[in-house]
Amino acid sequence: MANTLLKIENLTKSYDGNVILKDFNLSVRKGEVIVIIGPSGCGKSTLLRCINGLEAIQSGVIKLDDEIIDSKSKTITKLRQRVGMVFQSYDLFPHKTVLQNIILAPTLVQKRDKKEVAAEAEQLLDKVGLSDKKDSYPRQLSGGQKQRVAIVRALCMHPEVMLFDEVTAALDPEMVREVLDTMLELARQGSTMLIVTHEMEFAKAVSDRVIFLDNGEIIEEGAPQSFFNHPKTERAQKFLHTFEFEHIK
Amino acid sequence: MQALGLDVLFKGSNLLRLLGGLGKALEISLIAVALSLILGVLFGVLMTFRNPVIRALSRIYLEIVRIMPQMVLLFLVFFGTTRVFGWDLNAEAASVIVFAFWGTAEMGDLVRGAIISVPKHQYESAFALGMTKSQTYFTIIIPQAIRQLIPLSINLITRMIKTTSLVMMIGVVEVLKVSQQIIEANRMTSPNAAFGIYLTVFVLYFIACWPFSILAKHLERKWSN
Repeated sequence: MANTLLKIENLTKSYDGNVILKDFNLSVRKGEVIVIIGPSGCGKSTLLRCINGLEAIQSGVIKLDDEIIDSKSKTITKLRQRVGMVFQSYDLFPHKTVLQNIILAPTLVQKRDKKEVAAEAEQLLDKVGLSDKKDSYPRQLSGGQKQRVAIVRALCMHPEVMLFDEVTAALDPEMVREVLDTMLELARQGSTMLIVTHEMEFAKAVSDRVIFLDNGEIIEEGAPQSFFNHPKTERAQKFLHTFEFEHIK
Repeated sequence: MQALGLDVLFKGSNLLRLLGGLGKALEISLIAVALSLILGVLFGVLMTFRNPVIRALSRIYLEIVRIMPQMVLLFLVFFGTTRVFGWDLNAEAASVIVFAFWGTAEMGDLVRGAIISVPKHQYESAFALGMTKSQTYFTIIIPQAIRQLIPLSINLITRMIKTTSLVMMIGVVEVLKVSQQIIEANRMTSPNAAFGIYLTVFVLYFIACWPFSILAKHLERKWSN
């Protein structure tokens, strides 16, 4: 396929004999937004962690362009710079201010000029509506604000693909929207994104392709409209049904 | 003055002698503290290793220090080793050894606790940003561990300073020993000296430890999150 940025072939991942991902295949085009949904424990988060080399894999290949992502290789830190990741628990560094959190890796890892990075960081913070918080410490921010800072922190590394691991799952409902809006804006700008989420309406709005994962296998995948309106497999129907409450009335 | 036995303080060079005794106590404790901090950090890092042999040995060491009264350790090292091993330790060296042995264990445990208290996600966030292991340790993990550690280790330091009052038992002429000597020498002329002198010792220890307590409180407030 033309413009394939990320390619996963026959990936198998297991923990102590428990198979988490079975012979998993996926290719992601540049600029594509893929939403991965599925019941908890289905391997969604593990998939993202494998793509970022945070997990060792048992077999298969994960390739970014032509480079193989291998958690044990010496070049993994180089590859991780090209893959941005935001976690559920928005782990900002508590001993650093918002601005320091953002510019740390670009200056330390990429050796970029501090002034230039700081200017970019402020611009990005402004976009997510947090320019007045740049000198605050993480403990002074709300969950939603922290998560937006975490997104900016990842973006400032200029990643080619962004991974979002249930980034709104730990947030209060009012905070969810501001984070999702930030992600929608990124999608609009043409970022390549892999998003694990339980926000079905958001998934519908943001994605180019939806992947339904269960027990480490892709059960169904397709365009969001057809997947959400007419899921083909019984398991996907059942899963989507759990998000509806009409039948209770 | 006389009723409280404070007059003895100003007889001859008594006050200077007391201060000299405090100096001795501080000298022993600060050398021991310095050794404990350095060795304790190494021991603490060692304790975070998964090696079962290292784990077992450090566990045993820690338990010995926790269970054994410091005075027994002092007697063991000072009196016990003289004949059995033929070591001719002077009392101060023996004190430093015992205090460092004790301090290293407790400091190590604090360091270990501080390192493992940094959540796993902090490592992962740093790795996800492309940082190497050493970059992660030096910029993310260790600074956070130190913030945890400083108030706790200052508490340990003040405890070590206070506990030097035991070393008179093996003949170190520190502040408490000097006090006894002064009280004895003035038993006839100032029978109330015990109160005045020990009160002074109390104040001296307080002055020695108080700054550490203030510092700990200050840092704790500064870094609270």
